[in-house]
Amino acid sequence: MKKTVTLIMAIVLTFTLAACGKNTNNGGNASTPPATNSASTEPTTEPTPEPKKLEGSILATGSSALQPLVDQASKAFMDANSGVTIQVQGGGSGTGLTQVSEGQSDIGNSDVYAEEKLDADKAGELVDHQVAVVAMAAVVNPKVNVDTLTKQQLIDIFTGKVTNWKDLGGDDQKIVIINRPSSSGTRATFEKYALGTKTDDLQGSIQEDSSGTVRKIIGETPGAIGYLALSYLDDSVKTLAYDGVAANEENVANGTYPVWAYEHMYTKGEPNEVAKAFLDYMMTDEVQDGAVVELGYIPAKKMQITRDIEGNITKK
Amino acid sequence: MAQTTDKKISANNHFAEEWVGRIYSTLCVLVLVTTIVAMVYFVASRGLSTFFKNDVNVLDLLTGLKWSPEGQPPLFGALPFIFGSFSTSMLAALIAAPLSFCAAVFMIEITPRFGRKYLQPVIELLAGIPSVVYGFIGLSVIVPFFRDVFPGQGVGIAAGALVLSIMILPTMTTVATDALASLPSGLKEGSYALGATRWQTIYRVVLPTTLPSLMTGVVLGLARAFGEALAVQMVIGNAPFVPRGLFESASTLTSAITLSMGNTVSGSAHNNALWSLALILMVMTFIFVFIVRWLEKRSKL
Repeated sequence: MKKTVTLIMAIVLTFTLAACGKNTNNGGNASTPPATNSASTEPTTEPTPEPKKLEGSILATGSSALQPLVDQASKAFMDANSGVTIQVQGGGSGTGLTQVSEGQSDIGNSDVYAEEKLDADKAGELVDHQVAVVAMAAVVNPKVNVDTLTKQQLIDIFTGKVTNWKDLGGDDQKIVIINRPSSSGTRATFEKYALGTKTDDLQGSIQEDSSGTVRKIIGETPGAIGYLALSYLDDSVKTLAYDGVAANEENVANGTYPVWAYEHMYTKGEPNEVAKAFLDYMMTDEVQDGAVVELGYIPAKKMQITRDIEGNITKK
Repeated sequence: MAQTTDKKISANNHFAEEWVGRIYSTLCVLVLVTTIVAMVYFVASRGLSTFFKNDVNVLDLLTGLKWSPEGQPPLFGALPFIFGSFSTSMLAALIAAPLSFCAAVFMIEITPRFGRKYLQPVIELLAGIPSVVYGFIGLSVIVPFFRDVFPGQGVGIAAGALVLSIMILPTMTTVATDALASLPSGLKEGSYALGATRWQTIYRVVLPTTLPSLMTGVVLGLARAFGEALAVQMVIGNAPFVPRGLFESASTLTSAITLSMGNTVSGSAHNNALWSLALILMVMTFIFVFIVRWLEKRSKL
């Protein structure tokens, strides 16, 4: 009975959420899938010639920052394994972690460690697979003539202590903060590794969730400052150096540029056969040197350092 | 003899039809009612657990000015969102109402044939444009324009209200047009017969008589504006504060929900608080529906 009610609700929710356009992320599919996604493997009646043919379907939900990569990799994987169906959905890191923890999806994509969002015992059940690294940079409107900011200057800006660019060596122009919502994984990463502190939302700051919108607003608003993943950087915004260190792949890989995060793909317990094959495929050179680089992430194997959840850095 | 059997068969047929129709429509209603009950239950159970499980005071939520669900200690003051929702949708209705009334009068009273045939479909076309398009136009055209012309950031309640006013225009115009069209022609003819001009007839007879129906349109538009999420979210700025002006970043109930729902884990205090916002939205929509029902009762001629 309870299951039926949940199912009805899930269906209803799917429709309503889809209808009210919760689709804020770039191509992010916000609608929650009904709670049915377990492998629909129907054994083929005729004996298959190859003994180990992968069959089954898996569902990966979560982070919209990671979605393009998983999406592209899953397409290539499905081309190679005709019996496998992989569905990739967005919805945000929180959604991904919730669903994988509750068993609704097989893989939960997240920008943050599960321990930062879930209860300790729930997070303990999840197995982390770090597939790539994404770095973030502070960006400003192109007309702002400041090239580098120190950690303290960034803290002053994002806590509202400094409100004019002239105090930072720029023109007399009011600073407009383009932030992410306080629940966002991107914001959590930026606050943790660039500012080193949590910040309150400020009156008059603008908050957007989608990186595309953030870039558009920063590019158009005089005196705007925000932060973006490296894959979103282009000529419409100006990238700042952090403490004098330029935000690029090399500096991230050798550990001099600290503002980056792992992209996680969580499974509940050890992954099943299909999910494991897919996760293994994510770590192959084909994906790590192909889709990962192409889409602006940094391959996990390129990192010369590792960092644990507390931020302790060890050389590889 | 043959005739009676024929009659019997057809009577039986009609009997079967009756039952098929009855069962089918009962099923449809059942599905509808289950859906609605499930929705209300779902939102209410999640939304109320903020107060029961996370021990947030109802009054604190409704009147608190600071929204910082991830802070230490977490604070859940939703007044900025409630204020933002009301001010944007009211302002939008205020902009759209005169426009839609005039459009309806033009289509029905001034150019009846051309208006109904060409103008109305064009206005109704506005309803078919996806809200993300409105949001994007708002972000690309209205926000930069406001930023250049008025002091402030461009984003804010004014931009949100303007985008919404265009979105609710078709709802209001359609209701107003139907109201005007259903006015008994005797009323107008009587007015003309007494020597009133067209303008006097419209101003003194047509508009006052149809006012309750026109208000129904306004309330429906208001409800639509209240529930719109994406377009508003793109242009309002989303700072969780009561703004100091029309051109400063503000937030609505819907924009707060869409911004954070995907990033929060279900069952957490933050997530539950978002469901409470959804509950507030739903209660407000019910109130709007009741107002519409009440107005409809009054508008019967």
